[in-house]
Amino acid sequence: MPKLTVNGIEVEVEDGATVLHACEEAGVEIPRFCYHDRLSIAGNCRMCLVDMERAPKPIASCAMPAGEGMVIRTDTDRVTKAREGVMEFLLINHPLDCPICDQGGECDLQDQAMGYGFDSSRYEENKRAVEDKHMGPLISTTMTRCIHCTRCVRFATEVAGVPELGAIGRGESMEITTYLEKTLASELSANVIDLCPVGALTSKPYAFTARPWELTKTESVDVMDAVGSNIRVDSRGAQVLRVLPRLNEDINEEWISDKTRYAIDGLRRQRLDKPFIRGRDGKLAPASWDDALGTVAARLKKAKPAAMAAITGDQCDAESMFALKRLFDKLGSGNIDCRQDGAALGGARAGYLFNSTIAGIDEADALLVIGSNPRIEAAVLNARIRRNWLATRLPVAVIGPQMDLTYDAETLGDDPAILADILSGKAKFAAKLKRAKKPMIIIGMGALARPDGAAILGKAHEIADAYGVVAGDWNGFNVLHTAAARVAGLDLGLMPGRGQMDVAGMYKAAEAGKLDVVWLQAADEIDADRLKGAFVIYQGHHGDRGAHIADVILPGAAYTEKDGIYLNTEGRVQYAGRATFPPGEAREDWTIIRALAGRMGVNIGFDSLDELRAELFEIAPHFANQDEVKSARWAKFGGRGKISSTPVAAALDGFYMTCAVSRASETMGQCLTALRADRAQDAAE
Amino acid sequence: MSIDARIADDQPDSFAFTRENEAEAKRIIAKYPKGRQASAVMPLLDLAQRQHDNWIPMKAIEMIAAKLDMAEIRVLEVATFYTMFNLKPVGRYFLQACTTTPCWLRGSDNMMRCIKDRYGISSGETSECGRFTLLEVECLGACVNAPILQVNDDFYEDLDYASTGALLDSLEADSPLPVGSVTGRSGSEADGGATTLQDLKPAE
Repeated sequence: MPKLTVNGIEVEVEDGATVLHACEEAGVEIPRFCYHDRLSIAGNCRMCLVDMERAPKPIASCAMPAGEGMVIRTDTDRVTKAREGVMEFLLINHPLDCPICDQGGECDLQDQAMGYGFDSSRYEENKRAVEDKHMGPLISTTMTRCIHCTRCVRFATEVAGVPELGAIGRGESMEITTYLEKTLASELSANVIDLCPVGALTSKPYAFTARPWELTKTESVDVMDAVGSNIRVDSRGAQVLRVLPRLNEDINEEWISDKTRYAIDGLRRQRLDKPFIRGRDGKLAPASWDDALGTVAARLKKAKPAAMAAITGDQCDAESMFALKRLFDKLGSGNIDCRQDGAALGGARAGYLFNSTIAGIDEADALLVIGSNPRIEAAVLNARIRRNWLATRLPVAVIGPQMDLTYDAETLGDDPAILADILSGKAKFAAKLKRAKKPMIIIGMGALARPDGAAILGKAHEIADAYGVVAGDWNGFNVLHTAAARVAGLDLGLMPGRGQMDVAGMYKAAEAGKLDVVWLQAADEIDADRLKGAFVIYQGHHGDRGAHIADVILPGAAYTEKDGIYLNTEGRVQYAGRATFPPGEAREDWTIIRALAGRMGVNIGFDSLDELRAELFEIAPHFANQDEVKSARWAKFGGRGKISSTPVAAALDGFYMTCAVSRASETMGQCLTALRADRAQDAAE
Repeated sequence: MSIDARIADDQPDSFAFTRENEAEAKRIIAKYPKGRQASAVMPLLDLAQRQHDNWIPMKAIEMIAAKLDMAEIRVLEVATFYTMFNLKPVGRYFLQACTTTPCWLRGSDNMMRCIKDRYGISSGETSECGRFTLLEVECLGACVNAPILQVNDDFYEDLDYASTGALLDSLEADSPLPVGSVTGRSGSEADGGATTLQDLKPAE
């Protein structure tokens, strides 16, 4: 722990810290461009120069390890001059196009030029011009603005694991580009936009849309996957214009996936903005709330409790699910299921949580992935696995189809029988798992959302017991969900009890004509055709699969349009804030259910969101503890029985279009097209 | 300059080392510790360039990347960083003229002018006959005998307008002048012969 003084303030920093860290510790701001906390040190922008006693010239503080007894000064004339000089050099070739640059107002170069630069330019020669590069449908490039900090290159290589970006040429003719200008094939690619300290890489879908000072910023939580990335929703008026990551060391650090960032244009398209009722002609016609609620109330009143059912979607907030469950309880029906993919989850809480927590991935020393592709199901979480692999060569094995995870992983095959081989110690990977001190299992919906899912979960439990996956403080048994609503749904008990219908049961009943009414709460990942036999009430925000078969549509709010509680795959409780209002006549979801209950004369026990939450905390007290994970006791879960030989498949068949919002998004469509084109080109070569 | 502008328009469909070069590549890679094969990227690029008429096609870059377990862009970065690697075809005689300060002070402009007068080419261009390519380069590290013109692997030193012409004549006739100083001085001893340590006799 070296001690050093910075501007006369004595600080003690950790071993391995740099002078820049020491300066920050002392509360001294050091300007920088190339240095970034989460990337390797490049030391090429020279903006962080400071004076060190007995050094003949200023030193680059980002690359200089802090040493015992160093005397650092950042307030000398020489430092001021050095900064002015570096700034002047950087600006030599940087265009003066701030008024037409999207980075304007949130540009490091702009800010630091104001803070540390020279007051005017002495440069009269021609500026260098650089051709713009093609980097796919998300990243817009203006390479003339590039100052060669190489943050994007390091991000792509280190964090995203797609070493496709590089700096070709040298000196003045250096340029950042992808190899032969291919689209950056990463689910995290757009993070380079945030990293770029200038306007060289900017957001293509957001191009020339708004200035940062016009935007209302709302802190929220992402629902595109079950990671629960912390986001900031920037909106203007009724429109969500962009989504940016919010720092959360325990979850997403400061990255978000491309879908999190760019699916939001789907919030403007195919929206359900007024109630609809299917008429006698078989067509959906706009209706008033009064008529729609009246129709629903009449139907529900007429139906027998055993012949009504509800399915909740993957992006529902805890409040709407709770409200729907409360309504069904009052109506006397237990036919409610939050597992629209039919995943065999439920029962002991440890059997459906990412028990080690996401930050726990950093500690694992062997990883077995079963029926999951973390790269597309939880891209940010996958970056953490990659980081561990980079640092420790974490041994990873996968049961499932062959896939590129951005790190070396041994594919054991997609035959579920391999689970038994691992349990008996026959499989190759068993020895590595045995040796590990903190072994980890990640089991995904590819293995659980199938008829024998319970048996597979049971087998995984046996493996966990046999290999010390749960020992002492360590619980490395992890379920990786694909649905943001799933853990909250399971915690709130949105599952059928004995003798009640789950989703598969509802399909059967509907086909047999024994299901009168089915309520779909933003549930679109279902086999819609099989529910046609019932009267379908669709409460949701997009005209997607569920709405197409609906007999009544109750327009609800998407995740940016309501205050809601979400539990991510770890079971971490997070509160999302409302950024905009739902469009048209659409309403926040819990209010729809409250209005209907009033109409039916049923007392569901709350009149406001606060009252609802109070009721909710009554049955699930941990929902009140924001940002906390309530860890689960290791217990028995999963089933026994025969495991079929059906190969373990991936849970999702792609990254970009996986929910009603992303399917409606034009940007996601363009990404998919670009990805297919690049794949076709690769195949042709 | 984008990548397209830096590389040849006409790229071969495939590239593979000859059997001898394959063996040589193996020998080079074996010099580096396991997991550090990437260090062999420069000798391998050189090997590919020598095999392929003094320029490196993209297929060779991809082949080397695969061989060394590197990303293609990393190999391309190296290949574009050094002026010694050619990514476009060059003439049989690849002239690298040093114009850095010492050579410039000693008259590299005359050397360049001679080449320009003969073939009408500037840096980066190839003569009409296709046999000569000129590239202006930074210090070649032989400043004592400035100015320097490197022809393929060989240094020609102490050039002026006339001697550059004579050198080019000899290249045109495919019987190049002896390598080294064109004024005939030995090594980099003083112009006009040795001036110090005269009385020291060479050991017998």
